[in-house]
Amino acid sequence: MTGSAVADPRGDRPAGERVAAIEAVDVSRTYQLDGVSVEALRGVSLTVQPGDYVALVGPSGSGKSTLMHLLGGLDRPTGGRLVIGGRDVNALAPPEMATLRNETIGFVFQAFHLLPRTSAVENVALPLVYRGVSARQRRERAAAMLGRVGLGHRLDHRPNQMSGGEQQRVAIARALVTEPTVLLADEPTGNLDSVTGAAVLELLEQLNAESGVALVMVTHDQEVAARAHRRITMRDGVVVGDSADPRSAHDRPPSVDHGRPATLVPAPSAEPRSASGSGPGHPSGGSGGAAGATGRLPREIERPGGTA
Amino acid sequence: MRVAEAWRVALDALRANRLRSALTMLGVIIGVASVVLLVAIGTGTKQKVEQQVEGLGSNLLLVVPGRIEVGNAPVVSPLTLKDVDAVTRVVGDPDRVAVTVASGATARAGARSDFTTVQGVLETTPAVFTRSLARGRYLTGTDVDTSRRVAVLGDSVARALFPDRDPLGQQVALAGVRFRVIGVFAPLGQSLGVDRDDEVHVPVTAAQRLWGTQRVDGIAVKAPDRERIDELGDRIVAELNRRHPDTEFSAVTQQQILGVLGDILGVLTGVLAAIAGISLLVGGVGVSNIMLVSVRERTREIGLRKAVGARPRDIGVQFLLEAVLLTTIGGLTGMALGVGSALLVDALSPIPAAITWWSLALAFGVSAVVGIVFGVVPAQRAGRLDPVVALRTE
Ligand SMILES: Nc1ncnc2c1ncn2[C@@H]1O[C@H](COP(=O)(O)OP(=O)(O)O)[C@@H](O)[C@H]1O
Ligand SMILES: [Mg+2]
Repeated sequence: MTGSAVADPRGDRPAGERVAAIEAVDVSRTYQLDGVSVEALRGVSLTVQPGDYVALVGPSGSGKSTLMHLLGGLDRPTGGRLVIGGRDVNALAPPEMATLRNETIGFVFQAFHLLPRTSAVENVALPLVYRGVSARQRRERAAAMLGRVGLGHRLDHRPNQMSGGEQQRVAIARALVTEPTVLLADEPTGNLDSVTGAAVLELLEQLNAESGVALVMVTHDQEVAARAHRRITMRDGVVVGDSADPRSAHDRPPSVDHGRPATLVPAPSAEPRSASGSGPGHPSGGSGGAAGATGRLPREIERPGGTA
Repeated sequence: MRVAEAWRVALDALRANRLRSALTMLGVIIGVASVVLLVAIGTGTKQKVEQQVEGLGSNLLLVVPGRIEVGNAPVVSPLTLKDVDAVTRVVGDPDRVAVTVASGATARAGARSDFTTVQGVLETTPAVFTRSLARGRYLTGTDVDTSRRVAVLGDSVARALFPDRDPLGQQVALAGVRFRVIGVFAPLGQSLGVDRDDEVHVPVTAAQRLWGTQRVDGIAVKAPDRERIDELGDRIVAELNRRHPDTEFSAVTQQQILGVLGDILGVLTGVLAAIAGISLLVGGVGVSNIMLVSVRERTREIGLRKAVGARPRDIGVQFLLEAVLLTTIGGLTGMALGVGSALLVDALSPIPAAITWWSLALAFGVSAVVGIVFGVVPAQRAGRLDPVVALRTE
């Protein structure tokens, strides 16, 4: 053993298989709201491979953002197993989660979330601050990254001096300045007009193609979803379609994803999960059927023993 | 995150909210300034009193009937000049022994009059107590031996009775009896609110005759050296006790007087500092309050910082530094204000004020501690914020 406190998910893999960037196995997330439980995710299994381009689609409230938060280590599952960058998040304390986010994940939010009164280059450099990178190097790397998103001439502009598209480019540069393995974008064009949005999408796809960063993007745009290597459809907290999973191929027509009331979907909680859980794309996801009746697993059970 | 970086972020945050930062600091500024000023006044008063007690002369031993304690009523003295002779024998040097018999009396010169303290003394007084003359001469042994009616005036008495004339050689009536002015003291100023220049010295023998008494109120001895001063006091007290078995006598040194006065003034200074400390505490509560507001206002920023890798500790430290900066900048400003007003008070009012380094160090340290104490809760709250919830906040 290397002394790592974290379970090594590679241990039980056949040799030669690619190491997943993110692996979620029967993951659930239940919110407690004034004593009422809201099951936002009810047993989701999915694997994000390095360099992937995954489009996450589904009606509003289906759990896409909740899933993105989990995949990015911003939140923890209430059940199931989630391994990010080879580390089981159930075994990580909050500071370790923060470091994990810093090292492996880049976020792009719908609302940009740039720091006001702070220049573009300083916004982009922010993640490097928490890595202990020196101020000069931070500025260099942030400036280079801004150049890559086409904002080399806007280094010292503040968010309120930039258009929405430019602000989102700054946010993308910030997400990528740490050279993460996965870029998570939750409706990145939701606050942009269609022309600007298209350009931002093009940039994201280009960065994915060039730098090999895996891109997981929540989108409502069927054309965009069709361009992705892989399309995952969610409804009512479960994955109801995964283009990488042959068994859910019948779910593929785009029309399923939009605006249909949840009640029209037959048995969404049981059927699709067991289907995807045993699919070839999910080598370690076989536990879904047995434990998934409630979509929850006690966290302790999934915690690896070697936390000492 | 590096510490230097954290300082910069905290400073930026304060700058972004200048007015609010300034108002928050105001509480700390007032608190620290009042601590510094009041401690300076307390210290200044203490120093001045100490100076004056020390200025009486060195190695002084005061022998009086009764016990010297705060609040004790004075005892009518059974001492006479015979006892003074006995004490002189114990001391072994007549030049080191002074006496006083004092009473209030009206001094009159022509149409002017002044109520003052008339002290019957020996010619040794200027040597035992450190006193110097502005003009004329002091009493001589012959003046005392022959009960000559000559007087040395304190500065304010001289001014009151002879505002436009040279008092030397003039006549003054003390309690109706005429004395000739032979000297005027150099001014001493105020001590504990008492005008020390408001007195007239006459030969002790003349004073006793004036009041029809044999009494001597107290004896002062200038000890030859500091080491044996207590032993000398004991011997004098023993001799007086032998001569007057019914009366208790005390011999006190300047150190003992200073100790008693120092205790009183120390308590006074402490009370003043504590009152000022309360305002500092109130300032601290203000800091805490504003920091909580700041955390709430910047919830989204906290969420974003966490999303890109800030650990709870990084966020906590950032807000703690912000609070500490608020109070230390406020503290430094308050120190400057306190020092400035202390210097003004000292220069422009009769109240003495002395800046001591420890009061500055204390005020600064307390303000930094206030920042930490009152910043911890908001900082912890910020550090523990759930990033997802924080990012969703409007
Ligand atoms: N913090 C929360 N507390 C309670 N319920 C929540 C919370 N966040 C999300 N939900 C609920 O979880 C479900 C999924 O939400 P979300 O992941 O935001 O969906 P989407 O992004 O697909 O629109 C919704 O029913 C939503 O109301
Ligand atoms: Mg959403």
